[in-house]
Amino acid sequence: MRETQSVVLAGVGGQGILLASEILAKAAMAAGYDVKTNEVHGMAQRGGSVVAQVRFGAEVHSPLVARGTARVLGSLEQVEALRFWEYLAQNGLAVVNAQAVVPVTVSSGSAKYPEDVEARLRRAFSRLVYMNAAEEALKLGDIRAANTVLLGAISKGLDLPIDAWQEAIASSVKAKLVDLNIRAFELGMKFH
Amino acid sequence: MSRGVRAVEWLVLVEYVRSPRPEGIYVRSIPQLATEMRTVKREMMSGNEALARGAYEAGVVLGTGYPGTPSTEILENLVRYKPEVYCEWSPNEKVAFEVAAGASVAGARSIVTMKHVGLNVAADPLMTLSYLGVVGGFVACVADDPGMHSSQNEQDTRRYASFAKVPIFEPSDSQEAKDFMLEAMGISEKFSTPVILRSTTRVSHSRSLVNLGERSLPERMIGLVKDPPRFVPIPVWGRPMRQRLDERLKGLKEASERSKANRIEWRDRSLGIITASIAYQYVRDAWPEASVLKLGFSNPFPDSMVVELTSGVDKVLVVEELDDIIEEHVKSLGIQCQGRSIVPGIGELSVDILLDSRAKYEGMEPVTPSVPEYCQGLPPRPPVLCPGCPHRGIFCALGKHDVVVTGDIGCYSLGAFKPLDRMDTILCMGAGISMAQGFQKAGEPKKVVGIVGDSTFFHSGITGLIDIAYNKGSSTIIVLDNRTTAMTGHQDHPGTGVTLMGEKTRALSIEDIGRACGIEMVFTISPYDLSTVKETLSQCLESGEPSLIVSRAPCPLKERRRVGEIREISHEKCKGCELCLKLACPAIEMDKDKPKINKILCGGCGLCEQICPAGAASAVGKTKGDKADA
Repeated sequence: MRETQSVVLAGVGGQGILLASEILAKAAMAAGYDVKTNEVHGMAQRGGSVVAQVRFGAEVHSPLVARGTARVLGSLEQVEALRFWEYLAQNGLAVVNAQAVVPVTVSSGSAKYPEDVEARLRRAFSRLVYMNAAEEALKLGDIRAANTVLLGAISKGLDLPIDAWQEAIASSVKAKLVDLNIRAFELGMKFH
Repeated sequence: MSRGVRAVEWLVLVEYVRSPRPEGIYVRSIPQLATEMRTVKREMMSGNEALARGAYEAGVVLGTGYPGTPSTEILENLVRYKPEVYCEWSPNEKVAFEVAAGASVAGARSIVTMKHVGLNVAADPLMTLSYLGVVGGFVACVADDPGMHSSQNEQDTRRYASFAKVPIFEPSDSQEAKDFMLEAMGISEKFSTPVILRSTTRVSHSRSLVNLGERSLPERMIGLVKDPPRFVPIPVWGRPMRQRLDERLKGLKEASERSKANRIEWRDRSLGIITASIAYQYVRDAWPEASVLKLGFSNPFPDSMVVELTSGVDKVLVVEELDDIIEEHVKSLGIQCQGRSIVPGIGELSVDILLDSRAKYEGMEPVTPSVPEYCQGLPPRPPVLCPGCPHRGIFCALGKHDVVVTGDIGCYSLGAFKPLDRMDTILCMGAGISMAQGFQKAGEPKKVVGIVGDSTFFHSGITGLIDIAYNKGSSTIIVLDNRTTAMTGHQDHPGTGVTLMGEKTRALSIEDIGRACGIEMVFTISPYDLSTVKETLSQCLESGEPSLIVSRAPCPLKERRRVGEIREISHEKCKGCELCLKLACPAIEMDKDKPKINKILCGGCGLCEQICPAGAASAVGKTKGDKADA
């Protein structure tokens, strides 16, 4: 059995990172792996940076991902991808949603949102999928499926069978949204 | 594949064999066990869900608690088993502890849940319940927060176990959380002792796979078995209780030495690591080859196992989060070991930190990667008050007064940050009121305003208010009543009119309680009406009398709706004074030189409209004729 695979998902409180990590964990479970995840609750959720970590393999110990070991770093927000860069392994895959959520520290003038985000992302990550997940989700008619689009792109960096993903999606979202989310996932898979 | 064992299942099988089950199962063959294991229901659970599941399977019929990150979801998950389990949010941890204690003395298995600082509030009943002992199993689930993700300190609950002379269990993942709950309940009944089950943020909020079991109830009937020398610790009966407590501890020590919750994993004999809780998981990744004594039932200490490990290895290292409790004890046994000199005792541990510790232990330089230039200078993203948050109106109005503001624990702690910057102190639950009295009585030259939330008011604000009325104080107390316990995820409380069981109940009035406490100046205002807030505040501050302002507006995050109409800022009317940015509203962004409102985020509270001196902010659709900035 191969070594433990780690994934780090980042974003801003309220973007749907926790649901994405739940789907990923269920997919790994459906594929027969031991799985551990970690997420942040409480004060940090109030519009702050949110990070969720998922690890799976034959036997997983730490729920936390160590520096430079994640096979995939997925982020629903651009700056958050840069913030958590150190988790990604050297040849790891970064999947970044081309969206800026401006923090209050920027609007109040105490900090700046970098203007050259895309250039920075390209320098930081040698394997980068830079996509507009929200726009893709809108094509399907529901912007809230952006995190599933992101998962589709993430899946290219992991060895989980497609039926495990489908099973995980079906058991995580409302019945009437299953088809939409599976199509969103498949849309995401086309990016690489 | 039904008869064989897949590689991935081997290790799961080991866990399965370890987990509690009916006697006799061990005589079966491995393939038989594997087949059986596949029929066992497995679920991904957070540590908190697993603790609730464990309590359910252990036959718990009553669960109480007060919300507090990272413990809150234990009770929220336990109540899903209603009506088999009765659950309640009590006004505070002391009450919760005592309710569960009463149930236990009546013969019922019960749990109480709280965060680490909550146990300070419940310390009084804990210290003496260990003298009385229990009848039905009693487990206090206490969740520590190393690293202070959502807390004001990082005290170590393990100290309370030795302090109160009670056993403590420390799970390291969700399966253990469930298993240890079952074992803790058994130990509690066998030795008639309250038990602490200590989680941490990473145990409570990590998810992993859990094998589900069946619920089993004791045969004992509920009902007091009258025995005053056992349950009434007046000195004549209390002294024998103290004697019995020491006898009990001797039995507990034997139990911890035999417990499956403590185990030695023999690997390479050059290094033996003693560890517990989540630190065990980090040790397995950072020192995969080392032998390990893994403690799960750590008070009383299983000394014989420590001796067994340490005499079988060349060197001993203790890896523990927070205080040096294991290290101190191992050294007290006359055993040489290293610990805090290698592993940090401030903040939480992680595999990364232990890899640094390992480098240090092996005499090498820790490898800390330097942050590349393209990842530097990123804008910080601290938590902030949500768009439309009612607390913002109060902080905005307070900004107009040169007063001292004593604050409290809740979302409104965020009012301490710039640019709101309108909270001067925070100590603990309820201190927003009592510290105001202290400032004022000490002769603080400025007027003093105390701030508490609604749930916090019921938790421990009322006694402080009585103190102000009784001892002739003159502070102004503001209760930020957003009709919920917001920060921990919207739990009900005595003011909301709904119980944890989902039943309607009387909603206690904060105003009536204030009057009953002896406060005569009591006002109810909307925090979205800035002029009234300011007027009321001025009236209270100038009166020289103690006063209570109830600022009432429901949390929009809980209501899942906007407060009012979406606002927009007219680019033409805006003079660029940026006063609206002082609201620290996530919906107000800078668009080149002037602010604009993010319509998706806007909560419709209208504060920006009220403070804009140029009249540039207004409700969308009411600006016809103006060229609104899209």
